[in-house]
Amino acid sequence: MKIHHFLSLFSTYFLVDGVNIEDRAGQFFSSGHTNNWAVLVCTSRFWFNYRHVANTLSVYRSVKRLGIPDSHIVLMLADDMACNHRNPKPATVFSHKNMELNVYGDDVEVDYRGYEVTVENFLRILTGRLPPSTPRSKRLLSDDRSNILIYLTGHGGNGFLKFQDSEEISNVELADAFEQMWQKRRYNELLFIIDTCQGASMYERFYSPNLMALASSQVGEDSLSHQPDLAIGVHLMDRYTFYLLEFLEDIHPASKTNMNDLFKVCPKSQCVSTPGHRTDLFLRDPGSVLITDFFGSVRKVELTMETINLTDPIEQLESAESGELQKEMHTYADQLPVSEIIHQKPKQKDWHPPDGFILGLWTLILLVFFQTYGVKHLKHIF
Amino acid sequence: MATTEVERRRGQLAALSIAAVVIIVGVPLWWRTTETYRAWLPVSQIKELAKLQLHLSADVEVVFARGTVTPEQQKKVPLTQTQNMEHRVDEDTALSYRYETRYRTATIMEEDALNQPTAAEADLSLHTLSESPSGSLVVYVIPESSSLLPQNVDVYIGQRRTALLRIGSQMRVGKTLEQLLAHMEPRIKQVLHVMSFSHTDITAALSNRVRISPGNKESIADSMRAFKSSPGYEITFSLLNPDPKSHRLHWDIEGAVETYIQPLLTKLSPVANFSIDSQTLYYAMLGVNPRFDSSRSTYTLNADSLAHVINPVEARLGSNAASSNPVLNFLLYIPDAHHSPLYIHDHKKQQVPTNAFHSPRWGGIMIIRQCWVYNVNEFYEVDTVFPVDINIDMAKVMGVFLAQLRLLLGVQSSTPPPGFLVAPCGNAGLADWELDRLMWSRSVENIATATTTITSLAQLLDQIGNIVINDNIAQQVSSAVTSLQLAVSELEAGNLGFALQYSKEAILSSERAFFDPSLLHLLYFPDDQKFAIYIPLFLPMCVPILLSLLKIVSEARQKHREKKPKKD
Repeated sequence: MKIHHFLSLFSTYFLVDGVNIEDRAGQFFSSGHTNNWAVLVCTSRFWFNYRHVANTLSVYRSVKRLGIPDSHIVLMLADDMACNHRNPKPATVFSHKNMELNVYGDDVEVDYRGYEVTVENFLRILTGRLPPSTPRSKRLLSDDRSNILIYLTGHGGNGFLKFQDSEEISNVELADAFEQMWQKRRYNELLFIIDTCQGASMYERFYSPNLMALASSQVGEDSLSHQPDLAIGVHLMDRYTFYLLEFLEDIHPASKTNMNDLFKVCPKSQCVSTPGHRTDLFLRDPGSVLITDFFGSVRKVELTMETINLTDPIEQLESAESGELQKEMHTYADQLPVSEIIHQKPKQKDWHPPDGFILGLWTLILLVFFQTYGVKHLKHIF
Repeated sequence: MATTEVERRRGQLAALSIAAVVIIVGVPLWWRTTETYRAWLPVSQIKELAKLQLHLSADVEVVFARGTVTPEQQKKVPLTQTQNMEHRVDEDTALSYRYETRYRTATIMEEDALNQPTAAEADLSLHTLSESPSGSLVVYVIPESSSLLPQNVDVYIGQRRTALLRIGSQMRVGKTLEQLLAHMEPRIKQVLHVMSFSHTDITAALSNRVRISPGNKESIADSMRAFKSSPGYEITFSLLNPDPKSHRLHWDIEGAVETYIQPLLTKLSPVANFSIDSQTLYYAMLGVNPRFDSSRSTYTLNADSLAHVINPVEARLGSNAASSNPVLNFLLYIPDAHHSPLYIHDHKKQQVPTNAFHSPRWGGIMIIRQCWVYNVNEFYEVDTVFPVDINIDMAKVMGVFLAQLRLLLGVQSSTPPPGFLVAPCGNAGLADWELDRLMWSRSVENIATATTTITSLAQLLDQIGNIVINDNIAQQVSSAVTSLQLAVSELEAGNLGFALQYSKEAILSSERAFFDPSLLHLLYFPDDQKFAIYIPLFLPMCVPILLSLLKIVSEARQKHREKKPKKD
């Protein structure tokens, strides 16, 4: 028995099993992607926007549970709710008022936090124009065979989404960013989900192929939150994402549920707003798209049929143990040159004229003019 | 009366001079201070490159050995033939292939080399005689009576760039040279298809630029499996030990990499840079439970459950990469004592000989076979002392990993046509002609990607007038354009090495230009916002000027009308 194994191993195989190609290729043919990425963004800060952080964390949790690793998830949270001073249950973020589900978990990995969540950083992630010093975990390193899930939540309006209470991203900028992603083939298919007021306006301007979009409310409608928790004191989640989380908890990595079921999540009776979706730019029929194509990470595998016969023995490397061990002196680089910082001169900022300067200047000029020449000269002008 | 006249004139002059200052000095000053700096880009050259015309040419030498041509035919040989084939892929992309075939007879030394007993030895000695440059091929035509090839094999493809072609029995010696050539042509075409670039490979390499409708399922699987062209790759070898209490593993990974993997990577160095590291993971389980197969008394993993193995392991693999290069992971799993031995079964319940599987664009996983491990019996006896020392036979392990590495890097080993015998690749793991094929498709892919990047960048910068184009971006774009033009011309000339090098430079420059952090367009101003900014600045100033100018004009017209009746 063993000799058979030995003999068969010593010969080399170069034939590809013809029949297996059909079965293997069957899996490939359906979706055409080999890896999955997720970009989950919560854009609002302050304690009363607890529900937006809970929304994003619940999608993060589902996506991780279904198999996408942290290295392929870019999580952006604009504020820290779990360790907020007002959180009566520190290190937790709950999704339901009975505190059943702590969506914060043990192994959450936030890539952009606090003030790093800006429109500029978000667009830089999408288009790939990050400074060279950005670490791998903060980049979206997708290729032309990646399926990307993008989830945005926060406060929005007709055609814009508010970031950090001070700036906004417009639907035109978002559509242009997706077009630049398409030009560089940074995605195979993209699913865009947005849970804000008037969310459907954000996907109106898309024009690149292979985009599917879902929104929690139509233009002119508000997205409502689910229920407050009296112990924590704030609303815990938004309705659309609450029912989306409920739907996703039933999905496991091998399930065959498709996108048409996702479109039915949270009908008007539960959500009060009307969720919308857009599939005209998507090439495949939504009924054939599995939920796990975007939310999970089911790998395609092929059995390796070939092997290469290697006969050389391993060269023995020169062992450094014979003789003394070479000791190298290492020193830490001076990463915080305190003495330089203390004695530094303050940096020159660009000078700007004070506000209202121009208007004040013109008012002054006109007043001086009329003062000198008198009001009677007004008739020469008017 | 005169004073009012003077005053009125003074008022008019004041108004006119203010208007003059505003228009002559103010407007250009405002224009210059609010314009964005845009360095010059070679837009016309970029437009030319957008219409991609690729010419690929390969040199083929056909050498007739003794016994294949008659002496009269020998006089007509040597001759040269050129074949051109044009393909139009889409409205912007056109390909043309050119094969320059030179026919000649064999020299004495080559005849000696062809007299070797086996094809492999003949191949080796032919190689010592002459080294063909990259991208070219030599086909030796041997007579039917030659014993180099076995009975049912007509063509032998060697490890370097040579092939041996046996003339079929239909060729009687009496026919003319033209008929001989015409008879050999389909065979030579097949050889070219296998050893040099083929239309399917090249169009697959253009997939970034041209949205090709899916062909057959096999080609889709092939295109999805290999990594896209990248300047570098990171390779990580991981040893997974789920049961350190029972097994103490020893693997000589440094030596194995140096002996088995490094030759391949050195041979591939014109294509990309590679960096290798290795790690051992303890208590790393596979995510699936194997089933016990009582008929063979082994544990088995079904092919269907393999897809769920990768995710739980990947979360623990970590990444050492400081760059954004793609990572290839190769995992070796030693099953724990309770689930030993563990074999993978395919869809037909047969054991997979290599016991390994790979995932496209990710890497490969291999489960050790009992017989590739020294010092371990199939079943542990009752009184074995745990942990057991296990030494892994790295040659077998690396054989499988090398095969997976070849597949993942895009070295296609498609089924050769019937009657072909392909030599096993040497110790480097890669035949020279396979390297050539890879270089052809990588050059084409790089050129296609770089042209698409540059054209879309030019389009983007053209569309958005507010983006600042710095000098370094303009310089990168110019250098990308020059490299592209050089690459296309080298490809046409048939210098494969230079073409690949220029195409790599083109890709680097174009990616650096496209992904420069300063090109972010955050300046979307709707028109109403623009008005809202400028009106409070300019309206108070412009209203008096305009009104006074209008008054001057109306007074002048009135005076002109008064003058007219006086003239009559």
